[in-house]
Amino acid sequence: MRGTSGREGQQAPAKRVQFSSPFLPYLFLAPQLAIILVFFYWPSVQAVQSSFYLEDPFGFGSTFVGLTNYTDVLKSTEYLGIARFTAVFTALVTFFALATGLLLAVKADGVIRGNAADKTLLIWVYAIAPPVAGLIGMMFFNQHIGPMVELARWFGWDIKVGLDYSDTAFAMIVVSVWKQIPYNFIFFLSGLQGIPVSVREAATLDCRSELRRFWTVTLPLLAPTAFFLLIINTTYALFDTFGVIDVMVKDKAANNPITLVYKVYMDGFRGSDLGGSSAQSVILMLVVLVLTVFQFRFIERRVHYN
Amino acid sequence: MHRTRIIDHVILLIGAFIMVTPVVVAFMTSTHDAADIHRNGLSLTWGGHFAETYETVLTREGGFTGKVTGFNMMMNSMILGLGFAVGKIVLSMLAAYAIVYFRFPLATFFFWVIFTTLLLPLEVRILPSYEVMNALKLTNTYTGLIVPLLASATGTFYFRQFFKSVPDELLEAARIDGAGPFKFFIDVLVPLSRTMMAAIFIIMFVYGWNQYLWPTLMTTDEGFFTLVRGIKQILLVWVGSNIPDYNEAFALAILAMLPPVMIVVIFQRWFIKGLTESDK
Repeated sequence: MRGTSGREGQQAPAKRVQFSSPFLPYLFLAPQLAIILVFFYWPSVQAVQSSFYLEDPFGFGSTFVGLTNYTDVLKSTEYLGIARFTAVFTALVTFFALATGLLLAVKADGVIRGNAADKTLLIWVYAIAPPVAGLIGMMFFNQHIGPMVELARWFGWDIKVGLDYSDTAFAMIVVSVWKQIPYNFIFFLSGLQGIPVSVREAATLDCRSELRRFWTVTLPLLAPTAFFLLIINTTYALFDTFGVIDVMVKDKAANNPITLVYKVYMDGFRGSDLGGSSAQSVILMLVVLVLTVFQFRFIERRVHYN
Repeated sequence: MHRTRIIDHVILLIGAFIMVTPVVVAFMTSTHDAADIHRNGLSLTWGGHFAETYETVLTREGGFTGKVTGFNMMMNSMILGLGFAVGKIVLSMLAAYAIVYFRFPLATFFFWVIFTTLLLPLEVRILPSYEVMNALKLTNTYTGLIVPLLASATGTFYFRQFFKSVPDELLEAARIDGAGPFKFFIDVLVPLSRTMMAAIFIIMFVYGWNQYLWPTLMTTDEGFFTLVRGIKQILLVWVGSNIPDYNEAFALAILAMLPPVMIVVIFQRWFIKGLTESDK
């Protein structure tokens, strides 16, 4: 959801006619603004502030420590390991979710053009919450009853989710990708169906090979959709997979792969390391900011060239 | 040409199979009894224990306090989903109305104040958000569960886009007829926005129902647990039991996905519209 509507950053060109009233617009804005101030700006400022402080473990106030929390976090090998895993995890989830979504959309576009009922089977998983997907995943990778374990054994792979680091990572990636495919499918399909028939026909005449036509005509036309989805999938893999991971590692994070968001949660709520957790929050905020700025820069370009 | 068509169909079938099977298996398995699942693994066939299992899951009082039922959690999920969706629509329609239809000096400033919330998802500020809720004594309340999730601009932007596409002539005509801001909003804009409201309602309901991290932090009292939040508890209870209640776990998973899945399937057209069109 996040960011989906944020593709346009410019201020609204005013309507030709508008009401003017000294207080009404403020009245209408008040509820939204109040909630945003209390539940967005206040905590955000707090996060930045407490990232510069060291909380006394016994609750006797806190001392200003400058950038120590940040240097501690960035020097910790554990944190860097988790950052590395998060990067790999995000890249793999994003790649496979996008690729599968695109493949299915291209095939569906050829086969079920315009038929809504057939799409249902491919999109309904969108409505399943990540932790619920994680629960089903856990069952499929369960040592006693899981069919995926049997399937892996068939190929001579003794898969141990929850015990073996890379096996758990594998299961997490599979579940996270599965959950995200419908979203990408919907957007790619609507992007494909937005390509005018005249363009399709011209492309068919010019280029016999279906595969080449895909690479030279369809994919460039889908580029805006793909780029938008790239950002959305990256934020999905970074943040929304929390539920999948939390269910799959079941509080035994020690030997299991976790992502940066999970680490923020663990340090903040389990370890009560307020300063360290806040510093990590701020680092994540910067990552999201970079992603968002990147997204807007791209959209600006797109607006210019279209 | 003919051959590629068959391949296309096969790929789609495999895709549909991968998307559907896990859930079908989860449902079918939930109708077997626990010992049966433990012996024979997951199942694709009907087990015949549907009524017992789902009744147990919905009505048995469990949890640490021994007072929480699945039905209870389902109600909480419903409150969160509906409260979030309705709250989102009301807040964002009002705010978008002010931004699009009024001329006032601080319009640009407020636009950016609201817009900035799109930059930082709740997940990156969970701990400070929790502290704020603690300070306001809102943990373990429905207000604390719902209201902080409303602090983002997504809905406002959907409606802003939509209002901008409404023809100016409507407002001109309404003003000639002597309609004030309230009358115009209620008699013209709200009826015009019906489809848009339905589309956003669906997306927001699913989003609210499926929340996990925030409810996990906000609710420690099991009376406020949602189904999705309760999932991990279910898994944790297994540790140490001889024959885990796989059937009940699956049944709860099915219940937790049922309402959002139903809504997406039934209102598919609006759902896709809300998801894709709102960001063009």
